[in-house]
Amino acid sequence: MTPNLLVLRVLRNPEVVISLSLADWDLLLRQARCSNLLARIRSLLDERDLINRVPSKPREHLEWMHVIAERQIKAVHWEVTMIRKALAKVGPIILLKGAAYVMAKLPPAQGRLFADIDIMVPKDSLNEVEAALMLHGWATTHHDTYDQRYYRKWMHELPPMRHIKRSSVIDVHHAILPETAAIHPSPDKLRASACSIDGYDDLMVFAPADMVLHSAAHLFHGSELDNGLRDLVDIDSLLRHFSNPSFWIILVKRAKDLELTRVLFYSLHYTTRILHTPIPPSTMEAIEIGRPNQLTLTFIDKLFTRALMPDHSSCSDWLTNTARRGLYVRGSWLRMPPLLLARHLFHKAFISPKPE
Amino acid sequence: MNISTLTPSELGHRLKKAGMFLQTGTFITHLKTSIPSVAEGIRLLYADYPLIEHLDFADFHVSLTYPRNLRRWLKPQIQFLFDGKPLFKPLPLNQAFPTFEWGLNWCVSSHANHYLIIHAAVIEKGGHAAVLPAPPGSGKSTLCAALVNRGWRLLSDELALIQIGDGKVVPLPRPISLKNQSIDIIQRYEPDAVLSRKISDTIKGTVAHMKPPTNSIVRANETANAAWVIFPKYQVGAPTHLKKLSQSRAFIRIADNAFNYSLLGIKGFEALARLIGASQCYDFTYSTLEGAIETFSALKPPASSK
Repeated sequence: MTPNLLVLRVLRNPEVVISLSLADWDLLLRQARCSNLLARIRSLLDERDLINRVPSKPREHLEWMHVIAERQIKAVHWEVTMIRKALAKVGPIILLKGAAYVMAKLPPAQGRLFADIDIMVPKDSLNEVEAALMLHGWATTHHDTYDQRYYRKWMHELPPMRHIKRSSVIDVHHAILPETAAIHPSPDKLRASACSIDGYDDLMVFAPADMVLHSAAHLFHGSELDNGLRDLVDIDSLLRHFSNPSFWIILVKRAKDLELTRVLFYSLHYTTRILHTPIPPSTMEAIEIGRPNQLTLTFIDKLFTRALMPDHSSCSDWLTNTARRGLYVRGSWLRMPPLLLARHLFHKAFISPKPE
Repeated sequence: MNISTLTPSELGHRLKKAGMFLQTGTFITHLKTSIPSVAEGIRLLYADYPLIEHLDFADFHVSLTYPRNLRRWLKPQIQFLFDGKPLFKPLPLNQAFPTFEWGLNWCVSSHANHYLIIHAAVIEKGGHAAVLPAPPGSGKSTLCAALVNRGWRLLSDELALIQIGDGKVVPLPRPISLKNQSIDIIQRYEPDAVLSRKISDTIKGTVAHMKPPTNSIVRANETANAAWVIFPKYQVGAPTHLKKLSQSRAFIRIADNAFNYSLLGIKGFEALARLIGASQCYDFTYSTLEGAIETFSALKPPASSK
């Protein structure tokens, strides 16, 4: 594999920054920036009182990004306030991913950047939620009738909605994987164990194990790897934070309940390999039930060990682009049965209007 | 040693092979390109910038390349890459140099959050800086180009960098971007001004860049205190008129012209309040450069500013 993966060395052990040369910093900042991890690295260094050990020029770059990350945290709070207001009559909502980490004050929120807010509501209240959001200024982003049907009939979420004044985007989910996927982690089970956020009676987040499993399903059962390393860092950070004997037992048990043993296997496999996440041997043993056959794993390893690296020339080899494309295809394959996928791709290729 | 000490072929070779480090104000940009018109622009307009052999660290790594598409055989295009990633859609080949300038503006305005960044020209004389914020089409760059040819020092033509802590204006002297009729106006006004080739049909119309005065580049690390905030407006046939503007009104208008005002939150507010507090604010209408220069020469700094 590629030789100089500075960003991984720092994520595994932030202390290494003490020994970095200015040329190393140049490369580290570039790798971190294109993985959306620059602000994350700044917060890791800040936590360990290492920020003063960073030479002034690179430190300036970390501070630039810190300004953006801080602003985004405020923006998430404000957006959530607006969403609560819009959905006050609908009942409690479950925040997912980034917004959940911020509102529940979990460590992956530190230095994380956000593109949108994800929420989950019961499927039978989708219409009500959508109407309420529209009344409060959110409008759908996909106007093509095929896209509308694609989301509403086959996916696990409404087409993304954008606020007409603030331009913020909300994704309203009713499940964590598409309706058309082969596995169906039960939204009812996820909802049943969700916990309230301290200080709010209308906001909830998934239980710790479910939060990890959702993040894992998103990364290892989807086709979006643009933020692959960032998503892996989220999982690593959650695992380190929740780590205690009962958590590890529940994690494996929940993976079985929710049909997510395979994605949990991949998560533990790659967080340990790439980020050296400490995971008890008994958990590693228990999750063997999710291990694919050796041939598949060897192949998948070749894809993920490339696609999870920063999308930077210093972290790529001649197979990197092929690996990313391969995983995109895999993600689509996992999303729908073959005939439906063929029909979807045909429509996208020949019938849908082309974006300008 | 300055970039002017390189022969055109040495310059082209460096840009193509290892790339070159350009120091503009407090920023170092590593530029790599094999496109001849970019090398030509650098040779002409960056001649007085320091020649840097090698650095371990650059703030921005940029390159201009030919995209690998079929059009390269018919109508060749170029693209601006920020650390390997395209920033804009490919543009026609002849727009390579202005694209480099626009790309560099983007690098600064979307990263350097230790400054409040205002879309404004800044010039200085006798230790007092005038900030000229303005939307495109107001004649800000034309006025700025004329003033720096008449004894004012150029701090910046596009991006006013206001230091968060102390409100000082930090120089970023770069070539001045002139559009449409302004190009001929400035060439007539100052026949010695060095201008790059005119490029027509860009999104901003016809553009050319003017080389900044050597002295402004030499003094690129001297910050300045703002004394005036002046909103220029070119109006055909209008009399030259400087009209006092309330500080509160000027505040709101600058905030509208800032890139990262809301991003900076309270710090942005404080920096802007300090800038406005130390400045006299005016609306300025002009139709001739001579009249404008006269008005600027007669400006008196506020009593409090040093």
